[in-house]
Amino acid sequence: MTDTDNQSSSEENTVCVARFEIHYRQILDHNAVLTSALPTFAQDAGSLITLYRMMVKTRIFDSKAIALQRTGKMGTYASSLGQEAVAVGIGQAMSAEDVLVPTYREYGAQLQRGVSMTDLLLYWGGDERGMSYAQQPQDLPISVPIATHLPHAAGVATAFKLRNEPRVAVAVLGDGGSSKGDFYEALNLAGVWQLPMVIVINNNQWAISVPRKNQSLAQTLAQKAIAGGVQGEQVDGNDVIAMRHCMSEAIERARNGGGPSVIEALTYRMSDHTTADDASRYRATEEVQQQQKYDPIKRLHDYLMQTGNWNEKKDQALHAECAVDVEKAVQAYFDTPPAPPESMFDYLYETLPDAYQAQRAELIQQGVSNKGASNQGTGNKGVSNDG
Amino acid sequence: MAEEYEITLVEAVNVALARALELDPNVVVLGEDVGFNGGVFRATDGLQRRFGEQRVMDTPLAETLIAGMAIGMATQGLRPVSEIQFMGFIYPIVDQIISHASRMRNRTRGRLTCPLVIRAPFGGGIHAPEHHSESTEALFAHMPGIRVVIPSSPLRAYGLLLAAIQDPDPVIFLEPKRIYRMVKQKVLDDGQPLPLDVCYQLRDGSDVTLVTWGAMTHETLQAAEQLSEQGISAAVIDVATIKPLDMPTILDSVAKTGRCVIIHEAVRTCGVGAEIAAQLAEHGLMSLFAPIQRVTGYDTVMPMFRLEKHYMPSIARIITAVKKTMEAS
Repeated sequence: MTDTDNQSSSEENTVCVARFEIHYRQILDHNAVLTSALPTFAQDAGSLITLYRMMVKTRIFDSKAIALQRTGKMGTYASSLGQEAVAVGIGQAMSAEDVLVPTYREYGAQLQRGVSMTDLLLYWGGDERGMSYAQQPQDLPISVPIATHLPHAAGVATAFKLRNEPRVAVAVLGDGGSSKGDFYEALNLAGVWQLPMVIVINNNQWAISVPRKNQSLAQTLAQKAIAGGVQGEQVDGNDVIAMRHCMSEAIERARNGGGPSVIEALTYRMSDHTTADDASRYRATEEVQQQQKYDPIKRLHDYLMQTGNWNEKKDQALHAECAVDVEKAVQAYFDTPPAPPESMFDYLYETLPDAYQAQRAELIQQGVSNKGASNQGTGNKGVSNDG
Repeated sequence: MAEEYEITLVEAVNVALARALELDPNVVVLGEDVGFNGGVFRATDGLQRRFGEQRVMDTPLAETLIAGMAIGMATQGLRPVSEIQFMGFIYPIVDQIISHASRMRNRTRGRLTCPLVIRAPFGGGIHAPEHHSESTEALFAHMPGIRVVIPSSPLRAYGLLLAAIQDPDPVIFLEPKRIYRMVKQKVLDDGQPLPLDVCYQLRDGSDVTLVTWGAMTHETLQAAEQLSEQGISAAVIDVATIKPLDMPTILDSVAKTGRCVIIHEAVRTCGVGAEIAAQLAEHGLMSLFAPIQRVTGYDTVMPMFRLEKHYMPSIARIITAVKKTMEAS
């Protein structure tokens, strides 16, 4: 190589071979002002009221769940405070025959899909029966290990595609989860096989104590979709109208053979990570106070009031109605005695192998001799992972 | 009309997969290179040509996905058979098996289940590159809610794989690649599974019980043959399903012989041999004339192939261990 060659390499010509853009979508801003035209569904005040009711119900349930944990009546609980619009928008956009593959802040979607508040209370109260979902045969239970459920959604979507069923798998993970390989492996397959699948990144800005800026240098998390050849967009996750609209578009596109999407929903975790966490250790109170003004429920409330579709009387009635529903669910949770101890063996296999029958018998025997011994209660102090 | 083939173990895997795909439209095969290429060991050779890309799928190179998507498919009623190309690449999926597949039925109180099979070739002795020779079956045997099955002959590969695919719960099916093509056997392709959760007694004997599985059954049978020439009668048991363990068969044999030698390729500490020995101590101590012996891989990193033969349990080591049990009594 000559000196001239070296010089010419510093003037290398490159050609742009690919170009991408990520768009941000919002319909109703935090001042309850429309920033885009209302989508068709939202022109019907009834559907906006449905969204509002679901968000209120989710929040009332959430505050009760925290109270139950604080008073020693339930285990550790992961709150969805401030993020109701994300899950409620997902739940409204999905059809009954679709499959939700959730993590642990999607109560607003689960409650619309047949999971009961009692199921959720049982789950956080340390009872597997809280995942049996009597009214929801196909949705996966909450996935606790971060992003490990994304490949499941890819498998569910593959099953739909193989059977030519017009159904969609919707997976939800957090901003932290988008740092994991499991997310990328599923995204990549969804792209290359054009699976009927929608991935929602619920970007609540915090993965326990790690802020979004320390999670990834990527300007948006939606752009991670590009690596898999998948459409990605960002949406105001506190704008339930936009959330519902983007989800409907992505789900119907997937249903009609248009392939997968990634939706990054921008929201904020108003609560601690779980009741076992104390966010004041790592997060400025001012930041949380700043976020109050973006509240998803207040925004839609104000809009409905402005447009004359809602009033204080209706609002009070709704809150009272939700409180009654929550109390009923809490009572049903309290009224559910623990499962018999040997049930820990009874769903391990379809038929318990002979090798473990003696252990099951031993457990029953122990139960008989311990009869009357006090229950340990549910004072869980575990700190789990966050997405 | 069922045909009979004279085939090797890996061919038996192929014939069983074809039969399962034919018998049940919900069975799908997926993994890296399993489709067009027919698998790096040819275990899935010709299946995609015969059953199509919808049933025999080449996935991207992503092990977590290969196991994780199988879980999602299984919850939708499919019966996926995933291949992990070598056991050395199985570790990313440990999370999927322990966190999800093994407990989906339990978590949902039976609402959702995971009737899936993960196949992986395993074990040493073929001069393979680094990471291609370990035997880490004990990792999976430690997990509640699954089965771990290891065939040791073409007949058992055929019958046990069909059983694994038909089983309503997750099965880790580990194929001893050292004996993939070691012997041929007549296999009747009649779609009949063999029972899981039972040991197979390969040889009767009255002086000592040799307990083993996978490729080591071959050294163990040869050791038993040499011992018989020396007047020692050794029973040989192929455990076949290492989780759950069929201890009654092992206990019955040890009740007759009073001696037991456990042989496995895996490292010794917390190997499946330790569980078998512990259960023998719990339930069969009084029938033992001598301490239980284990002939296993050493508690070392599996050496690369120049030293591999020094790591693998040999016929000589098995015979030495048997003689030790004979002297003790």
